[in-house]
Amino acid sequence: MADGVRVVDRPRTGIGVSTRRPDGGPKVRGEFAYSSDLHADRMLWGRTLRSPHAHARILSIDIGPALTIPGVSAVLTADDVPGRPTYGLTVPDQPVLARDIVRYEGEPVAIVAADHPDTARRAIASIVVEYEVLEAITDPQRALQSPAIHPDGNLIRTVPIRRGDVDAVGSVVVEGTYEMGIQDQAFLGPESGMAVPDGAGGVDLYVATQGLHQDHAQVAPCLGLAPEQVRLHLAGTGGAFGAREDLSMHVHACMLALHVNRPVKMSYLRDESFVGHVRRHPAHMWFRHHATPEGRLVKVEAQILLDGGAYASTSAYTAANSARFACGPYRVPNAVIDATCVRTNNAPSGAMRGFGVVQVCYAHESQMDKLAAAVGLDPVEIRLRNVLARGDELVTGQTVDVPAPVRECLEAAASVPMPPPASDVDDYGLPGGAGRTADRARIRRGVGYAVGFKNLAYAEGYDDDTRARCRLDGGVATITCAAAELGQGFVTVAEQITRTVLGVDQVVLAPASTATIGSAGSSASSRQTYMSGAAIAMACRQVAEGARRAVAHRHAVAVEALEIDEGRIVSRDLSIDIPIGRASEEPLEAEVNHHHRETFPMDPVTGQGDTDVSWVFAANRAVVDVDLDLGLVRVVQMATGQDVGKALNPLSVVGQIEGAVSQGLGLAVMEEVVTTDGIVRNPSFTDYLIPTTADMPPVEITLIEEPEDGAPFGAKGVGETACLSSTPAVVAAIRAATGLELSRVPVRPEDIALADVRREG
Amino acid sequence: MAADPRPQVLAGGTDFMVEVNYDHRRPTAVMSLRRVDELRGWRRHGDRLTVGAGLRYVDMLESEFEVSAPALAQAARTVGSPQIRNTGTIGGNVATASPAGDTLPVLYALDAEVTVSSTRGDRVVPIQELIVGPKRTTLAPDELIVSISIPVSKGPQEFLKIGVRNAMVIAVASVALVVDGDNRHIGCALGSVGPTIIRCSEAEAMAEAEIDWDRLHLPDPRVYETFGAMCAAASSPIDDHRSTSRYRRHGVYVLATRALMRAFEPGA
Ligand SMILES: Cc1cc2nc3c(=O)[nH]c(=O)nc-3n(C[C@H](O)[C@H](O)[C@H](O)COP(=O)(O)OP(=O)(O)OC[C@H]3O[C@@H](n4cnc5c(N)ncnc54)[C@H](O)[C@@H]3O)c2cc1C
Repeated sequence: MADGVRVVDRPRTGIGVSTRRPDGGPKVRGEFAYSSDLHADRMLWGRTLRSPHAHARILSIDIGPALTIPGVSAVLTADDVPGRPTYGLTVPDQPVLARDIVRYEGEPVAIVAADHPDTARRAIASIVVEYEVLEAITDPQRALQSPAIHPDGNLIRTVPIRRGDVDAVGSVVVEGTYEMGIQDQAFLGPESGMAVPDGAGGVDLYVATQGLHQDHAQVAPCLGLAPEQVRLHLAGTGGAFGAREDLSMHVHACMLALHVNRPVKMSYLRDESFVGHVRRHPAHMWFRHHATPEGRLVKVEAQILLDGGAYASTSAYTAANSARFACGPYRVPNAVIDATCVRTNNAPSGAMRGFGVVQVCYAHESQMDKLAAAVGLDPVEIRLRNVLARGDELVTGQTVDVPAPVRECLEAAASVPMPPPASDVDDYGLPGGAGRTADRARIRRGVGYAVGFKNLAYAEGYDDDTRARCRLDGGVATITCAAAELGQGFVTVAEQITRTVLGVDQVVLAPASTATIGSAGSSASSRQTYMSGAAIAMACRQVAEGARRAVAHRHAVAVEALEIDEGRIVSRDLSIDIPIGRASEEPLEAEVNHHHRETFPMDPVTGQGDTDVSWVFAANRAVVDVDLDLGLVRVVQMATGQDVGKALNPLSVVGQIEGAVSQGLGLAVMEEVVTTDGIVRNPSFTDYLIPTTADMPPVEITLIEEPEDGAPFGAKGVGETACLSSTPAVVAAIRAATGLELSRVPVRPEDIALADVRREG
Repeated sequence: MAADPRPQVLAGGTDFMVEVNYDHRRPTAVMSLRRVDELRGWRRHGDRLTVGAGLRYVDMLESEFEVSAPALAQAARTVGSPQIRNTGTIGGNVATASPAGDTLPVLYALDAEVTVSSTRGDRVVPIQELIVGPKRTTLAPDELIVSISIPVSKGPQEFLKIGVRNAMVIAVASVALVVDGDNRHIGCALGSVGPTIIRCSEAEAMAEAEIDWDRLHLPDPRVYETFGAMCAAASSPIDDHRSTSRYRRHGVYVLATRALMRAFEPGA
């Protein structure tokens, strides 16, 4: 069973110090227990029968053949869902198991539990489902004119923004249409977990997830159980990037386990995983930028269409993000923006690193380069003339009242020394790499720039609060918090904060569970350090306060005579100087419920409102080599300037930025889920390509530290921003090398090699 | 194996186990070749090289091997990741018979002969007769590939492979070009652009006639592109999720042109 307790007994490292992850060694050595490694005595294996069609009516399901297979303990369908038949992160519009209709390829139809994965697989294959195939609506541009594919209709949300003079025109106008394919989060640990019945009608679910409590709120009603009868515990999580925001096998495993009264484990295969979680919204975007002859932005017009797939998930909020961040981190006095998300028979779209902003960042940065060319400025200068700074207003009318070092980020990225020329690189370092395809005479180098920004934590009036508890006993601090560690390094930061406030060496992180504390909110939207990190700091400070009172009491001095100083309780005259860890005989405990500042909805007509908690900014400069004839690209170097507030664990921050760059680079030149009429054509890591180490350039990172008031030690979340601007930076560099328009990502080799128009550089 | 035709042969397992994981193959008995040392080596006798079916990609990267079979070594270098190269074998690549098998264009260009063994005896089959379609061979269920015979390099050899990333990628198109200076012969074969590997006999003959064989130069520089175009014309690629037929054909044109340029400098 998962052992979530991580006792850390390492050299004392507080905030600001690069600290190694406690789970780093075990992960590298293959010793870390992921959710797919869970095991229990008498455990059965669960498996899912999925729709092979993007849209079809279910005429009949015959589970009979599966029930006759020896070793099969349960075969369940929609009829067996004990509670609410549907679930969803924002609206419960998605069936636990499809009943009459399937709306995307991969939609779960039936589940089985068997003594062996192969038995389960055979049982699934033996179930006979009769379908009447329906026309699949897979083109989002046709969705609003098509018959409703769901009782809730095909429009998920339209988000308008009207700002300033909507009729304003600039003397310079540039226009463009941009498209983004489907990006998958491509986490390595598949959807997996194990449900264990408690013998009293309830169930414990050990699962890889981003948010235990948001899962719990959906799982319990579907099981028809009282909240306390269902407990979720975090199992070893192998990446997430948004794909573990929604439920996957959660309800299914619990249903099976409760049905057979034995532990049931489910772990998706890779092909299954590609339809087993939401992916990034593919987008069609039209933009028109107006500017003065000097290149100052006058107005931005944008029409953004996102494909939400078959179910709502978080699409409504993704659309809002696309609208709010459509202009990029620039001063834009006038704006006419509409972002629309529609329902289709593609697999559901939902959260992914950069949440609705990655799409528009690619578009607005492409536009800024067009504008630069139109007014005769270089790409850095056009951006510097328009960058947002603290005190400016966004197109929502909200004032940016936190550090906004956009200029500093861009200047830092732009001033990194250029990498050596292609002539200094060996054959394997050229485009095409190991395939040795390159002809040096046909390699061109290009440089591209991009900036981006995104909100921190949830928005539009949502109160994504968090809780943390600190208990100090015998010099050991135990932190209880339900924040999900996905690999991002929360465990390290939590320890560092605790050490810094309490001055203790030994910090224990209790397992994350719904059974021991309330919600920490999801590990999403760059919010966990900012939110739960703050809660931990507060809980530790309350414990320190308790220590101060205990010392005051014991020494019979006034509490005011004592100070808390770097983990010690010290009297003014220095006659008392006691480490907090030894201040009290009795255990000290404090629990904090932390809320971010209040935010407000967007006005439904104008989109105006103080919607956001805070923002994070980044800039990237990409240097690429392109094989002009084959269209193969090698990213030679990435320079990143990243606004961090304060780097609590610089090593971890660097890891986040490198990872984000990798994901942004992947989206620029290779990552795409390819579909035909809603059917995924490349559901494997053989064909869904993500960057390898041979594709990753060195990332030259400059951290811009301008602490944010009220944030824990001034830290902002850094998980997402570098992935916004790295995609457009790479594309801009390819444009610089080739002179091509490149209005779609990922840029495929044929988009370069077979482009009809070529203005050679 | 003769008594029971059902045991399935396992070499490196890098194709085999993927099929098992996805239930495309359900072996009841497995015969592992890993401990069969006789299959693992390579020998040179005279101007021929006998390559054991169990030779791994990592073994082909050793400099001694590379000198004798440079294109095969280069093909091996493009296969998968270090983990795959440490276990995957040339015999497995041949038996899998994928049009994207990276050693195959080289073996076709070299007119490789495959020695196949069973209790009925040995037979020697030209590679293009062993492989008859995508993932289809004439291997009988009880037959084992023992070794592969190729000529020792007698001139420039090239292997070029297009993939959408810089390593660890299935070929979108590949070209092998081998030159036999003694016999004034060129062999050229294409991967991933047809149901099986495609030999470019017409392009080979055209180039052979144009080359200044005494100097290994190409007097007429237009021949490079003509060669590329003839190879592209010989290909018969499809559209799939990895690429388009148009790009693949174009890729063959570019790769074959570049391969010939690397093999023969321009000038009389
Ligand atoms: C991640 C990954 C990346 C890959 N990348 C590439 C790549 O870039 N290029 C490429 O070409 N391939 C690639 N492959 C495919 C695979 O590695 C190769 O085809 C490899 O050569 C297979 O050899 P093996 O020894 O692993 O064969 P196995 O998997 O053991 O066997 C494959 C088949 O050959 C049969 N077989 C094996 N040896 C013999 C024999 N001596 N006689 C008769 N039958 C035999 C087996 O029965 C089986 O049917 C990749 C595979 C993976 C998993």
